[in-house]
Amino acid sequence: MTPFLEVSGVSKRFGGIQAVSGVSFQVRRGMIKAVIGPNGAGKTTLFNMVSGFSAPDHGTITFGGHPIHGCRPHQVAARGISRTFQNIRLFEHLSALENVMVGRHLRSRAGFLAGMLDLGWARREATAMRGLALEVMAFLGIEALADAEATSLAYGQQRAVELARALASDPELVLLDEPAAGLNMRETRDLAGLITRIRDRGITVLLVEHDMSLVMEICDEVLVLSYGEKIAEADPRTVQRDPQVVKVYLGEEEC
Amino acid sequence: MHLNRYGQVGIFMASAAGLQLAAVAAGRGFLLTQMTMSAYYTLAVLGISLLMGYAGQISLGHAGFVAVGGYTSAVLTTLDLTPYRAQPLVAASQGLGLLLARPDLYGGELLVVQPLVACILAVALATLLAFVVGIPVLKLKGHYLAMATLGVGTIVYSLALGTQWLGAADGISSVPPFPLPFGASVGGPAGGRVVNYYVAVALLGAAMLLLLNLVQARVGRALRAIHGAEDAAAAMGVDTASLKLKTFVLSAALAALAGVFLTHYNGGIGPSEASVMKSVKYMAIVAVGGMGSLWGTLGMSLALNFLSLRGYFGAYDDVVFGLILVGMMLFAPEGLLALQPRRALAALRLRLRRREDGEEPR
Repeated sequence: MTPFLEVSGVSKRFGGIQAVSGVSFQVRRGMIKAVIGPNGAGKTTLFNMVSGFSAPDHGTITFGGHPIHGCRPHQVAARGISRTFQNIRLFEHLSALENVMVGRHLRSRAGFLAGMLDLGWARREATAMRGLALEVMAFLGIEALADAEATSLAYGQQRAVELARALASDPELVLLDEPAAGLNMRETRDLAGLITRIRDRGITVLLVEHDMSLVMEICDEVLVLSYGEKIAEADPRTVQRDPQVVKVYLGEEEC
Repeated sequence: MHLNRYGQVGIFMASAAGLQLAAVAAGRGFLLTQMTMSAYYTLAVLGISLLMGYAGQISLGHAGFVAVGGYTSAVLTTLDLTPYRAQPLVAASQGLGLLLARPDLYGGELLVVQPLVACILAVALATLLAFVVGIPVLKLKGHYLAMATLGVGTIVYSLALGTQWLGAADGISSVPPFPLPFGASVGGPAGGRVVNYYVAVALLGAAMLLLLNLVQARVGRALRAIHGAEDAAAAMGVDTASLKLKTFVLSAALAALAGVFLTHYNGGIGPSEASVMKSVKYMAIVAVGGMGSLWGTLGMSLALNFLSLRGYFGAYDDVVFGLILVGMMLFAPEGLLALQPRRALAALRLRLRRREDGEEPR
């Protein structure tokens, strides 16, 4: 398969800290790939570069053949990359459904004039947006939360709403930043099933995760970072046996 | 009972009509003058409400946009073009019917720009100014717009005050009425007071309906999303800089439109219309009306502007609005209507009981 997301030689420095240095990897269409590594390994920085929140100092990122490094976040989103955040960022004062509807922003086009004049097509578009947002919520089993204020929901539910919002734009690639953080074992198991079903819908998944059992269970490939550098990239079994990985990452976990 | 936006605006118009009838019935028809002016100021305040409450951006210079609208319209409708009538641009404008010949105070004849054309140019100029200021500033996150607009407001004020052909400290007077269909006009003789009131109310109602529609629509949702979590909105494909810019420009255009009508209604405009204190006043009204509450802002704006115009705050007018702003920010940043009096009472009661029990109040 041809690479879908191709990251080559990206580096990012924040003051005196080299957060990411010369990392290259590929994500093929239809796979679930994880980025793991100890805290401070540069995982989130890498995610922020892919999603346009920070520009790499060096290196290139292409998606579907188009360079996206240096694009602003909304431009990256328009290319078909959606994301969630490590610290959930739902829209305050908006209902869960409205949060998910904002996820459809890209796939709709009513602007200032159409909105102010309450034009028929804009109304129909809004109705369609609502329907599609509800559909995504139903896919995640949270349609009952539609009218609740998003930020007042339980933690796990907020994660689900954020995921629904990310999926509502019909992305080709979704970036999940620690989707299992703060979830209990049962919720994590449900999440594993969910991520697999997202992949089965044809959406490629790239995730940052600390929960090793989740990563080993569902991922096709794992990329391991340590101090901003790639130290391994392979299928979960191989990575688990890699002595360097065991040393810097899994070794610490077992202490 | 849940009313939709059209019903709400209908009730507003009906209440406005009720107020007019009451004022006339009570023999206090002269109050309609301040009510009309208050409606025009509210038009400007509504735009700021959209900008602050929905896009989360602060403007400290909207009085500048009101003044740009007012002064542009005043200059164009008072500047006599008779000496220039041979010039191609003037001649062509006259040929197109863009100019108007009207008698001046001394029996002579003036050739000026049609008020409608002047109005369009005035709003266009304010829109352009907002674009020029907003494009660089709104790419940045944070409250840089407040600083930039403070600068714009100050510049407009200084220009108005220091420019001879803008009338310097006296401003521009003898601005003609703005003609409307069916013989009505904005401004003009005092006999048109009731008509003028209804024109202002209708304009305000229409603007309110457009804004209510907007905040319910896709753009409004995206604006609220930006306010709630800007990063996340951008990650969902919302072009945050562009939406904030368009909102700012829309609010500037509304302010300019308000300035145009206010100037025709008053028959003139002076530099105080551009002063920073006016901008602060507008912001205070939005704060007290409630961030993101268009109806709250409309109600507060009509009431406070009316009281201010009637001189209830006397020489302390600026102080009152300054205090309102500080007080709101300290005690009710979400606006008065967002306060929950019952919850506040319950908290107070709890506190008093604790004190009676000899405990330290929390």
